[in-house]
Amino acid sequence: MDFLVFQYPMITVQACLDGILLGVLFALIAYGMALQWGVMNIINIAQGDLVILGGYIAYFMYLYGIHPAWGVIVAPIIMYFVGIAIYKLVINKVVDRDLFISILATFGISILFMQLMNFAFGADVVLANSHYGTTMLFDNNVVLPNSKIFSAFISILFAVCLVIYMKKSKLGRAIRATAQNARAAKILGVDTEKVYAATFGINAALCGVAGALISITFTIHPYMGLPYTIRSFMIVIVAGLGNLPGVAMSGMGLGVFEEFADYILGTEFRIGSVFLLLVLILVYRRFKLSRKREYLK
Amino acid sequence: MNKNNLILYIGILIFGLAAPFIFPAFKVQLSILCILIVLATTWNIQGGEMGYNTFGNILFYGLGMYLCASVQVGMFFPLAEWTESGGEKTFVHTPTQFFQGMAMGLVVAAVVPTIVAGLIGYAILGLRGHYFAICTLGLGVAAGEISGGIEIIGAGQGFTTPPFPNVGGLEARGEFFYFLSFIVLVLTFITVKAIYSTRFKLILNAIRDNEDKAEAMGIATMKYKIIGWMISAFFCGLAGGIMGGLVGYIDSTDVAFDGREMGVFMVLMAILGGKGTLWGPVIGATIFHIFKEGFWTFFLGWQYVALGVLIVVIVIYFPEGLMGWLREKYPHRFGEVVDEADRKAQVEIK
Repeated sequence: MDFLVFQYPMITVQACLDGILLGVLFALIAYGMALQWGVMNIINIAQGDLVILGGYIAYFMYLYGIHPAWGVIVAPIIMYFVGIAIYKLVINKVVDRDLFISILATFGISILFMQLMNFAFGADVVLANSHYGTTMLFDNNVVLPNSKIFSAFISILFAVCLVIYMKKSKLGRAIRATAQNARAAKILGVDTEKVYAATFGINAALCGVAGALISITFTIHPYMGLPYTIRSFMIVIVAGLGNLPGVAMSGMGLGVFEEFADYILGTEFRIGSVFLLLVLILVYRRFKLSRKREYLK
Repeated sequence: MNKNNLILYIGILIFGLAAPFIFPAFKVQLSILCILIVLATTWNIQGGEMGYNTFGNILFYGLGMYLCASVQVGMFFPLAEWTESGGEKTFVHTPTQFFQGMAMGLVVAAVVPTIVAGLIGYAILGLRGHYFAICTLGLGVAAGEISGGIEIIGAGQGFTTPPFPNVGGLEARGEFFYFLSFIVLVLTFITVKAIYSTRFKLILNAIRDNEDKAEAMGIATMKYKIIGWMISAFFCGLAGGIMGGLVGYIDSTDVAFDGREMGVFMVLMAILGGKGTLWGPVIGATIFHIFKEGFWTFFLGWQYVALGVLIVVIVIYFPEGLMGWLREKYPHRFGEVVDEADRKAQVEIK
């Protein structure tokens, strides 16, 4: 535990920039989470495992000599169909039920995916090297890998495309209508079953993009899924459903928080601090909300 | 009815006492079964009766495990040197020291988690529904990650609990741990049964069915929720302490705060047997343990795949559990009065 952060202001700048670039990625995953939560009322614990699976697609392209950046195109296409398959097999049976059922069912999917990936890809920590080099800023005091800048740029690109798609396209309108009131949408001729499947597919595709980017910028490992789920859950509850600027802001905030936790507490407490932050946020939220309640104490 | 029940309980008690001598090869498995039943039964107080689906009882289990082992070592030897020496032990417990340490450790392992549950209960139990579920999930994982970074309890390399002293022959270790866990099981069952026959259970059920209405009826729900959680924590801590001694090795994320295994097992066992019933978790845990051991033995490596599929299948197709299914089939056995005409009328509407 050292306090370099306070002695050298440049490390603060470094941590902030790293955190923001990382946070954009988190926000992309959280956007998918918010989408399915809002539309289908499902909390998907397997979100992080979909991300890791997307990462492995990019990693395998890298192994076979294709530049991993193309994974950004390939991973979402494959992941879309994976998402549809998961929806058809499991999720469509839990959509209308209690939220806890969906949490537990997706927890099962998460364990299943973890182990299958462990069999298929091995338990090593891997990364797909993009050979993008680094950018130096402020008299070479701040080092930014170009791959991180690339990943943040691609994330923003995908998020903007998706927002426009949601606003303009027919399916996008159907999704938004279903999110507002599934029953009314059904009466007005929206095939909600199809909408749900498409929503889950889009969510999985977003996870695929994020995963491919993570495999380029960071490392992936079969058991690393759960922290991504928790991060995206946290971002969504801080921002609220359907609040896109909020998702982006709280994503970046979380990224910066993590970088500082990494510097101040040490890397071994990084994941722990994320989970602890979740608990603290939920408890804070509980006390804030309980002030509005007027039942007996 | 009452007399039959008494005979049943005495029969089970005698079977439990005789089990390690009837199945001498399965002593460890039987001890683990007892622990699993304790965990499932205590989970049922929250998940089944109170409607608060917690993933966080693993926190008390892991806490109890670390505390029991730490006290057992720390009472006689410096803890830091013990964990540093890892596998090659420089200190050896005498039999008296071992049992004294174990007794003291179990007391601490039961009391401290109870206090922790009471302290965090007010903050955590105010959350509702899925927020509570995710928050407790986070709590368990956070505890695992943080304890994995603390040097004095072994950090990432784990903590070896004191080996059983060389007394009473080869079979002594298994029998000791079996009877210890069996006593805890009996204590848990008696406590839970006693609770379920009082007003306390009705209050918990009222919280499950509609918490706001329960509050409006003048029940201080928070108090009862915290007490319920403290009871769970007490027995989870005890179970953890025994499990630590039984396994002989504590790792932060794979043994103690193992949300991916034990944390899910307890939920699954209670649901499999039927949550919200007294016997459901017991039956669920027994079936689950037999299934699990079979699978772990014959399909090693594929066990998590099977576990994942099992969770999905149970949750989707079997959410009411075995007792729920029986209840639907033979309602009069559960003391429910069924109006035949009403039932037929319902069938016709379908």
